[in-house]
Amino acid sequence: MSDLGFVRTEMLPEQAPPATTVGAIGWARQNLFNGISNSVLTVLSLVFIYYILAAMLPWLLSPTWGAESLNECREINGSGHGGACWGVISERWLQLMFGFYPPEYYWRPIAAFLLLGVALAPVLFDTAPRKLLIFTPLYPFFGAWLLWGGTIWNPLAALAGFVLGYYAYKVVAAAAGSLAGVIAAALVPVLWWLFLAGPVAGALSSILPIGIQAVESRAFGGFMLSITIGVTAILCSLPLGIVLALGRQSDLLIVKALCVGFIEFIRGVPLITLLFVASTLLNIFMPPGTNFDIILRVMIMVTLFAAAYMAEVVRGGLAALPTGQYEAADALGLDYWKAQRLVIMPQALKISIPGIVSTFIGVFKDTTLVSIIGLLDPLGLSNAIRADAAWNGIVWEIYGFIALMFFVFCFSMSRYSMYLERKLKTSH
Amino acid sequence: MTTLTDPPKESFRLSMLIYDTRYRSATIQVVALIGFLLLIGWLISNTAANLANLGKPIDFGFLGEPAGYDINQRLIEYNSQSSHWRAAIVGLLNTLVVAVLGCITATVLGVIIGVLRLSNNWIVSRIMTVYVEMFRNVPVLLWIVFVMAILIETLPAPRAFRGDDATASMVFSESVAVTNRGVYIPEPLFSRGLGDIPVFGNSFEISLDLIAILIVLGAGIWGSTVVRKRADRIQAATGDRPTTWYLRLGLVLVPLAILLFALGFHLGYPALKGFNFQGGTHLRNSLIALWLALSLYTAAFIAEIVRAGIMAISKGQTEAAGALGLRPNRIMSLVVLPQALRVIIPPLISNYLNLTKNSSLAIAVGYMDITGTLMGITLNQTGRELETVLMGMLVYLAISLSISAVMNWYNNRVKLVER
Amino acid sequence: MKKSVFLGALTVAGVIAGGAAAATLDEVKARGKLNCGVTTGLVGFAAPDANGNWDGFDVGVCRAVAAAVLGDPAAVEFVPTTGKTRFTALASGEIDMLARNTTWTFSRDVDLKFTFVGVNYYDGQGFMVPKELGVSSATELDGATVCIQTGTTTELNLADYFRSNNISYEPVPIETNAEAQQQYLAGACDVYTTDASGLAATRATFENPGDHVLLPEIVSKEPLGPLVRHGDNEWGDIVRWTLNALVTAEELGVTSANIGDMSSAPGNNPEINRLLGTEGSLGEMLGVSADWAKNAIAAGGNYGELFEKNIGENTPIGLARGLNAQWTNGGLIYSPPFR
Repeated sequence: MSDLGFVRTEMLPEQAPPATTVGAIGWARQNLFNGISNSVLTVLSLVFIYYILAAMLPWLLSPTWGAESLNECREINGSGHGGACWGVISERWLQLMFGFYPPEYYWRPIAAFLLLGVALAPVLFDTAPRKLLIFTPLYPFFGAWLLWGGTIWNPLAALAGFVLGYYAYKVVAAAAGSLAGVIAAALVPVLWWLFLAGPVAGALSSILPIGIQAVESRAFGGFMLSITIGVTAILCSLPLGIVLALGRQSDLLIVKALCVGFIEFIRGVPLITLLFVASTLLNIFMPPGTNFDIILRVMIMVTLFAAAYMAEVVRGGLAALPTGQYEAADALGLDYWKAQRLVIMPQALKISIPGIVSTFIGVFKDTTLVSIIGLLDPLGLSNAIRADAAWNGIVWEIYGFIALMFFVFCFSMSRYSMYLERKLKTSH
Repeated sequence: MTTLTDPPKESFRLSMLIYDTRYRSATIQVVALIGFLLLIGWLISNTAANLANLGKPIDFGFLGEPAGYDINQRLIEYNSQSSHWRAAIVGLLNTLVVAVLGCITATVLGVIIGVLRLSNNWIVSRIMTVYVEMFRNVPVLLWIVFVMAILIETLPAPRAFRGDDATASMVFSESVAVTNRGVYIPEPLFSRGLGDIPVFGNSFEISLDLIAILIVLGAGIWGSTVVRKRADRIQAATGDRPTTWYLRLGLVLVPLAILLFALGFHLGYPALKGFNFQGGTHLRNSLIALWLALSLYTAAFIAEIVRAGIMAISKGQTEAAGALGLRPNRIMSLVVLPQALRVIIPPLISNYLNLTKNSSLAIAVGYMDITGTLMGITLNQTGRELETVLMGMLVYLAISLSISAVMNWYNNRVKLVER
Repeated sequence: MKKSVFLGALTVAGVIAGGAAAATLDEVKARGKLNCGVTTGLVGFAAPDANGNWDGFDVGVCRAVAAAVLGDPAAVEFVPTTGKTRFTALASGEIDMLARNTTWTFSRDVDLKFTFVGVNYYDGQGFMVPKELGVSSATELDGATVCIQTGTTTELNLADYFRSNNISYEPVPIETNAEAQQQYLAGACDVYTTDASGLAATRATFENPGDHVLLPEIVSKEPLGPLVRHGDNEWGDIVRWTLNALVTAEELGVTSANIGDMSSAPGNNPEINRLLGTEGSLGEMLGVSADWAKNAIAAGGNYGELFEKNIGENTPIGLARGLNAQWTNGGLIYSPPFR
């Protein structure tokens, strides 16, 4: 035992791994060139990327931002027409954003947009201060007032309807039971809006004229129009969708049939046909002489459209709740509405938020269809711009710009929805 | 609850309609029904009053009048003297054509992309991610317009094929011409064809050749199935599987070849004559643009569905199947795929539905589908908004409901039985 | 809670009730704005500039009517309409008048219940082909691919023409002029057909206009003009006579430049005096102010000035007066007398 020739007393220092398994080379070997077929795929992909870039870059980098007409671009780019004509974007991007909204009031849609973020923050992010929740239900009125302007009493009168409904419920429910309360809460605001809200708002604004310059919805255009239609449709369709989803889940046969019929009808026809209804038929369905502008009609139809999809999203949320939650709510002795309000809906809606966000993305993208019925959304404006003698014949630049803007909006929203899904997953 | 304290009293009071849960649901339903009927009645009376004001009573007579316009892509006989009704049918068939083609290619593309997105090749999976995000986050209408513009601007015009200094040439040994008016491919012709038979009282004609081919093909496939079943039985009984592939292939191909020869089958090649290529089958640009854009767009969604479906199957399933001694391709077909399909199929079919509905955007590229004919030119020429738009909606509704019915049938078939 | 956006929007945007029954004139006056339907964009006839101001020949008619009724050529809301939506928009009262190069046809007048108040442009459907095709007549177009703008009378005229001449063709229907132009330039169609004015306007914006020719055949009559709803004759009269005032002004040499002098005091020509309201009470009969015609003419100039400014020979569009010259110059533009 004693004549051991050599005993190592300390560990050898770790050797660096072979250069081919670490660093960039190792990474590349592992991820790009492991195996023949993968290597072929990698090379093909690189060639593909190179061709795309070689075709796109010179076009993208053309120095035409200052041009004032297509002909000027052609002169700048020389005879080959190799480059893009960015002058049209630098001249028209404000129009593509805001449509015909008066330039001196651009701050209003911008403010409405930013405040929308503030209003939604407590709903969308846990970290936002809870106190902002007070602002959230007020936002729709405030946002609408910012966009359309006019006297402040109009949105306040609309808001008063809800306050009245709330108090009607309180008073009647205490006196005659909760069902009567619900009926009163539904009836009183409707009566108020139909008969009293207008005159009261008119009277108040003549006494105390507070207001900002009114802007007609016809002035809306470009991305502002898309966002307005999209956001309005989603906000309005949420309560509608909840009601439809509850109706679809309910045991009441006729109510269920009506809800299923509505949902399946709307989901069964393309949005474009609903827009045709908005543009050509809605006025025929209304009492003779009623006439409201096309953008409002489009908003109504898009809202109905979104509501059907929203109902399915909410139904998914309801179905995802364990049955135990319903049973527990029943065991506590809560009636149907209390159980929905206090136990079921808060959880079901929370699960549904990713679905709601993706519905919103879908609706937002679908707002481009309004160009087909002649509204000047970004795509509609692109036609109007191409009808300008200076820009007649321009194609890719405008489409590219519009596509980029849509991508930025939709991509960030879908990222948010993915973040939310991950968060919801870990909380279980 | 109150029945416990109240003495049971069967006499009916009006207030029980609201306060007794037994009657309340009926009350609510009746109220809902009345409200619904009132709403419908209100809408109808408004419509009637408005139409009377406009002096345009509802009248479907216009459907029988000559349409007066031409349609380029028509699967049935149609000319400008045909009726509006026939124009609508032409449009409907065009809608179905692009929907079916789109669904097929979208599925193929979507599956490939979904699988490649899970590839361990970094650059390939990144490219696929870029593809999916790019297509999902830009409106489909924009893609349709974009693809159309690309086809028009990058492909050669027919006149580039002409003359000695032609800058473009036909591909696949002079049989296919790719132009910016569309793609011309060889068409099947029969020198001893069987002719057509009229159906629906001479309004349509169906080619007997096609029917004969379909019958022979169907019979061949049926025969091949019989052979396969027999092989299965032998395998189950003896453990040996007889080699049958040549027999099965022969059962399908030989009768078909004989029939084609009997009919005098040959290909008609497109050739440049006058302004355009003549002969061959013309796949128009509008069809290709719509088809391509819808497929590419929907494929991005299908790719995500496929990816989610594959990822939803836990690795343990594969490992367990491996432990049972199954070979990889059998693991895929017997264990993973049946489970993944249960996750994949329902959203897949709802994407088919979306694709079909999105095909109504054909109007943006001038593809004459039902939106372009009935709800487009017919509406413009006759001024019958109510009739045409309602008819169009009903058509789409019928298509969607049939797809939904298939989906529900399938869902019920593969549904896991829960408690 | 959030349902209120809709109701808020309803109250804010205002549901205007009582439309079709009330007189359009009173409505326009009460609103303080004229709602005028135009195209979503057609070079020279109607297009918005970078600031959102609409400009063009049809737009000029709208502005003239607004000036006649409200005294302010800027008091116009331009409502972009498509071929599909234009008639509904007018029938439903969404717009007060339509000035969207719309062809006056029997069925539109009688069946669709509109009143065409006149013709502001005599047009006809023509064909444009590239010069290199070597085509000199539409009868040589057998087998050609033809781009057509849908939603107009064009496709019907085309079908009729080719059918009666026994020529086959391949129609390519297209929604907008811009897209038709793109397809035509790329060679995706051999021929582009639409109103001759539109063809000329389109050709003018090409990089090499000389490479394209308009064929001599004009296959249809396309009298384009503003229209209003059936049944409100007072309003129809106002639009009709505003248009006539523009035409008469050109005939009598009243321009936007000299109208200030001419209207300040009665001159020698009694018709000018009646037109400009310095004599007689035509405005009162029409239910508008006495200086209605003066305002209408001052808005954008007389018919000839509008023509020259928007589509005339000195513009990129470069249309000759042709049929649209005054009757005194051998054209068809002719106004009934102001008397």
